[in-house]
Amino acid sequence: MTTLPTSTEKKLGLAIDLDTCVGCHACVVSCKEWNTSNYGTPLSDEDAYGAEPHGTFLNRVHSFEAQPESGCSQTIHFPKSCLHCDDAPCVTVCPTGASYKRSEDGIVLVNEDDCMGCGLCAWACPYGARELDQLSGVMKKCTLCVDRIYNENIPEQDREPACVRSCPAGARHFGDFADPDSNVSKLVGERGGIDLMPEMGTKPVNKYLPPRLKDAPSEARLPETNKDAKGFLAWLDKALEAI
Amino acid sequence: MHPAPSVILFTSLSGLGFGLLAWLGLGLPAVTGWVAFVFYFIGYALAAGGLMISAFHLANPKNAIKSFSQWRSSWLSREAVMAVISLLVIAVHAIGTIFFSTRLPAIGALGTILALGTVFTTSMIYTQLKSVPRWNTPLTPILFQLWSLGGGGLLAGQFTAAAVLLTILGAVQVIAWKQGDAKGATGQSTIETATGLGRIGKTRLLEPPHTGENYLLKEMAFTVGRKHALKLRIIALICAVVLPVALIVAFPATHALALPVIALHIVGLLAARWLFFAEAAHVQRLYYGM
Ligand code: SF4
Ligand code: SF4
Repeated sequence: MTTLPTSTEKKLGLAIDLDTCVGCHACVVSCKEWNTSNYGTPLSDEDAYGAEPHGTFLNRVHSFEAQPESGCSQTIHFPKSCLHCDDAPCVTVCPTGASYKRSEDGIVLVNEDDCMGCGLCAWACPYGARELDQLSGVMKKCTLCVDRIYNENIPEQDREPACVRSCPAGARHFGDFADPDSNVSKLVGERGGIDLMPEMGTKPVNKYLPPRLKDAPSEARLPETNKDAKGFLAWLDKALEAI
Repeated sequence: MHPAPSVILFTSLSGLGFGLLAWLGLGLPAVTGWVAFVFYFIGYALAAGGLMISAFHLANPKNAIKSFSQWRSSWLSREAVMAVISLLVIAVHAIGTIFFSTRLPAIGALGTILALGTVFTTSMIYTQLKSVPRWNTPLTPILFQLWSLGGGGLLAGQFTAAAVLLTILGAVQVIAWKQGDAKGATGQSTIETATGLGRIGKTRLLEPPHTGENYLLKEMAFTVGRKHALKLRIIALICAVVLPVALIVAFPATHALALPVIALHIVGLLAARWLFFAEAAHVQRLYYGM
């Protein structure tokens, strides 16, 4: 059924730290690698070695620049994947019943055996988090690595989404937002985690930890202690000037 | 949004077809036998043909049958169900008038309500999308009804009623265009609300996530040809409304009049429907700095 569960036992999702992300795209690559060979059809590429390569990705990293009133601008790397919304418009629009939100953990999935590739769910998602695979003709989206997080055949430290596991900066945190004591709930509390496009009323589960404001440049500047050289360097300085 | 020819043709043709069937359900025109057959044939060809064309934009049509299952939540599913029910109910009325020269007014009226209901479900597929601010307005279903009943009225030879409906259509269409322009492409959403970076300051895209194209950009970031929007709006209004109404007022209602009036109207309808898609912007473009 593409009606939404009234509530979910857990709310599994990601807290993404925009202060820590270095924009290396490791999560993009590891997401593609895991998900092209596991849940559902592969994530196809077309014209991969040609002039206009394009393909299906479940996670992409955008980079933005924000300009405060005064001082330097800030560069923010911004990973974006499905936010597993509580009020997911992508689910209710689906005519075939392929899209659904799980009542046990809140993960939003597509059952590819039912999808007819109409693309309406991708239109309904405000975030651009769903991509219709051009070769298989079915809708692809982040599964929160549902085939890793409960997988007892892989070592315990690998039972988290591939993007979280691979992030070298530790910018992505996986946990249960329904549990107020979870790592992600605490992070969101401490850092004032935010929703993307709250005006769309989708109630995303994933939260973004906004970048901290940078110090004013004058306060951040290094003290000018090494202006007057002493000893050997002072002699060298003089000697060079004399030449 | 990408103005895919299949979707433009589907919504336009099935709208016209269901509009014609709605008039026929009311016994307008009160035809029987072969003449009724021709009218119903046109109605079914447009309505059912349009639905078939819509299957061309499915990437995985083998699962199309499953789209009848989610009518509790999905407008697209409701449309599929309503279309089939109305075509079946109207068929009973059609058989009565064509083969037995008897009209069953209650069934006919029910058919009319179902035909218009089907057009409503089509319009709600677009109206429900908060992510496309230009469509997310009560004017969308009103416009779809007016296009359907107005154009269907021309096909049914109900020229006077159609002229009145087309005049209202013209006015509402202009209001909808103006309202959409005033909303701005992405409505309330901005790159700052999309990224949450507004708390720092004015935000811009520094680097897109990839250098090439992707499905999202092709499907939802259509910008080609918008510069001709004003010209196309004028063409749509003149062909779909102004000229047909002028011809109806100026000349007596004959079959010879029907042909140019209907042809002009369809040209205007296709232009307006192209604009409906091409001018609509999806908020996810904000993540691409558009
Ligand atoms: S981010 Fe988009 S695809 Fe994911 S649940 Fe929300 S609306 Fe659906
Ligand atoms: S593309 Fe598939 S999952 Fe999306 S709405 Fe259509 S049938 Fe449902």
